[in-house]
Amino acid sequence: MDLNFTPDQEAFREECRSWLEANVPTEPLPSGDTREGFRKHIEWENELFDAGWAAVSWPKQYGGREASLVEWLIFEEEYYRASAPSRVTQNGIFLLAPTLFEFGTDEQKDRILRPMARGDVTWGQAWSEPNAGSDLASLTSTAKRVEGGWRLSGQKTWSTRAAFCDMAYGLFRTDPAQSRHRGLTYFMFPLRAEGVTVRGVDRLDGDEGFAEIFLEDVFVPDTEVIGEVNQGWRVAMATTSSERGLTLRSPGRFMAVASRLIDLYHRYRDRSDPVLRDRVIQAWMDAQAYRWFTFQTVSRMMQGEPIGDDSSMNKVFWSEMDVRTHETALALIGEASELDEGSESAIDRGQWMKGYQFALAGPIYAGTNEIQRNIIAERVLGLPRK
Amino acid sequence: MRFAFTDDQKMLRDTVRDVLQRECAPEVVRTVWEGRPEAAASVWATLAETGLIGMAAPQDAGGMAMTELDSILPLEEIGYAALPGPLVDTMAVGIPLLDAAGTDAQKAQWLEAAASGHAKIVVAFEDQVIVPHATSADVLIAERGGVARCVPMSEVSAIPERSVDRARQLARIHFDERQSHRMRDDVDGQALLSLAKERAALATAAQLVGLSRRMLDMAVQYAKDREQFGKPIGAQQAVKHRLANALIEQEFARPMVYRAGWSLSTNQETAQVDVSLAKIYAGEAATFVAKQALQVHGAIGYTIECDLHMWMKRAWALAATHGDSAFHRERVGRHVL
Repeated sequence: MDLNFTPDQEAFREECRSWLEANVPTEPLPSGDTREGFRKHIEWENELFDAGWAAVSWPKQYGGREASLVEWLIFEEEYYRASAPSRVTQNGIFLLAPTLFEFGTDEQKDRILRPMARGDVTWGQAWSEPNAGSDLASLTSTAKRVEGGWRLSGQKTWSTRAAFCDMAYGLFRTDPAQSRHRGLTYFMFPLRAEGVTVRGVDRLDGDEGFAEIFLEDVFVPDTEVIGEVNQGWRVAMATTSSERGLTLRSPGRFMAVASRLIDLYHRYRDRSDPVLRDRVIQAWMDAQAYRWFTFQTVSRMMQGEPIGDDSSMNKVFWSEMDVRTHETALALIGEASELDEGSESAIDRGQWMKGYQFALAGPIYAGTNEIQRNIIAERVLGLPRK
Repeated sequence: MRFAFTDDQKMLRDTVRDVLQRECAPEVVRTVWEGRPEAAASVWATLAETGLIGMAAPQDAGGMAMTELDSILPLEEIGYAALPGPLVDTMAVGIPLLDAAGTDAQKAQWLEAAASGHAKIVVAFEDQVIVPHATSADVLIAERGGVARCVPMSEVSAIPERSVDRARQLARIHFDERQSHRMRDDVDGQALLSLAKERAALATAAQLVGLSRRMLDMAVQYAKDREQFGKPIGAQQAVKHRLANALIEQEFARPMVYRAGWSLSTNQETAQVDVSLAKIYAGEAATFVAKQALQVHGAIGYTIECDLHMWMKRAWALAATHGDSAFHRERVGRHVL
């Protein structure tokens, strides 16, 4: 066991830090979940990619730095420490790309990865349907075989930023004779094509961060299938652990929030009490716990062990920690916590209430925490399914 | 950055696990509970033979000069088995303290004897008068007025007190402070005592992780076996989620304990805070897991016929000892705020 970073890792951290200090916009960008803010965030993503920071763990040929998992975690710590803009490309680089690396053809990787990481082509996920949320395998959207490709029909929903994105990916039923998770295929499809209607949906915080996607006989060529036809469930599930686990929400994010909370505590401590003080300490401790849990996981992965169902524990932990931390911040701010972003008197530009609303989504997305707890109980503890 | 134990460290864990599985079944713990501490004598002797008890002693005293980090996984197993007796006091705290601060005469009398399993050490920090396992120990290391003393138990009066964990065999101790008991004064006694306290807290935290694991294993097994409404109770989501929560608490405590072991072994600046984090997370996880395990067992868990209670009560006792959560949270708070 050696929990020190190597000189190379420290040098990598230094390189991240100095580039970010020189380049992160001094004025925070408008929310990336609005049309205007999305455009600004894409400009930032272009800059990030051109300097080689958009996807540090990727192979060099796709614009990465071939960073190890530990280096990737270091990059994330520095990224959030620098209060750099949120990653509007994340549904591509963190969710679709791992699937492409595992199941994609060379043609797909060569065509898709660089524009994805640069933000030139933006991606939204299209998993859920109106009647298929937690029970994703009950989805009913279909893909029909036609000459040279497929025609997609159906409705997808809760697609993050799809109102502003170019492309999406999701599962479609290709074999109507089979049910549930059999007979599904993983497709990529355009959002600005004939037969596609995208309707933005305002989230809890009022931003148009969600969208519904309506598909009517939308043509996609065979090149847009990832993995084998009718094997889509397996393809999708192989990488869901990355979404739940460390790639979606690395510890750096929560360590940065905990530091900002401590800063808030020092500014408002005159109206603080021992209970709030203890909650601030707890928030810092939990971020530490998540950090070391993650380094332990990453060490296992680097020895070739799969992350597997353990990622469900990550997801429950970080999502519930994030809610508690923001609740503590709002409690410190007290009466002024209701002042929303855009209000001149709002403390820290209303970002704590904004962040609280975002945190509340955590226990719901990427598989609700109820589903995660079922997975933990059944697959890690071995309790009976029924 | 490599957050993993070595093969040697895992091998030692496996050896200890095997010994405990063979020789420290729940019936042994139960017999000690019933007032017969000699029931644990044979497992103590076997653990000494494996080198575990003397692992921190120098090689010329029959030890292996191993670090706090090396002891973490074996201590977890000791918690898992709820091994009775002053093992932590002897192995993780007493032996290294005696080695660093004992006079030549004290070392000659006790060090090799303790490392070979023939003498049991108990430790009383900061004028503490109620000491676990004092009645079955051979020697006491006590901090009195900031001075470390090494006192043969033959010179100590020990009046039994009762722990909720009967296997802890508490006693209220008293002894006359004689010059001859003093440990070396040419060493920095304060620093050594302070290090000994960190070791005690860390070793307790490691045991708490093991206690959690055992209670969770018991609860999971019970949830698979016990049927109501025509199916195992573990098929019910309410039971599943309770046990999933228990696992999460336990698994997030573990790396905190492992990290503290590394920090203390390698003298990191953050060692004290890391030990505090370990003790907080391990103690709170164990008491949380205990509650979940009790609830899953239902009425049978609420009896002393079911083994669970011995683990649960050990967890309560250890969570409060060598610094409870309030003490360690205060230490973390001073560091963070």
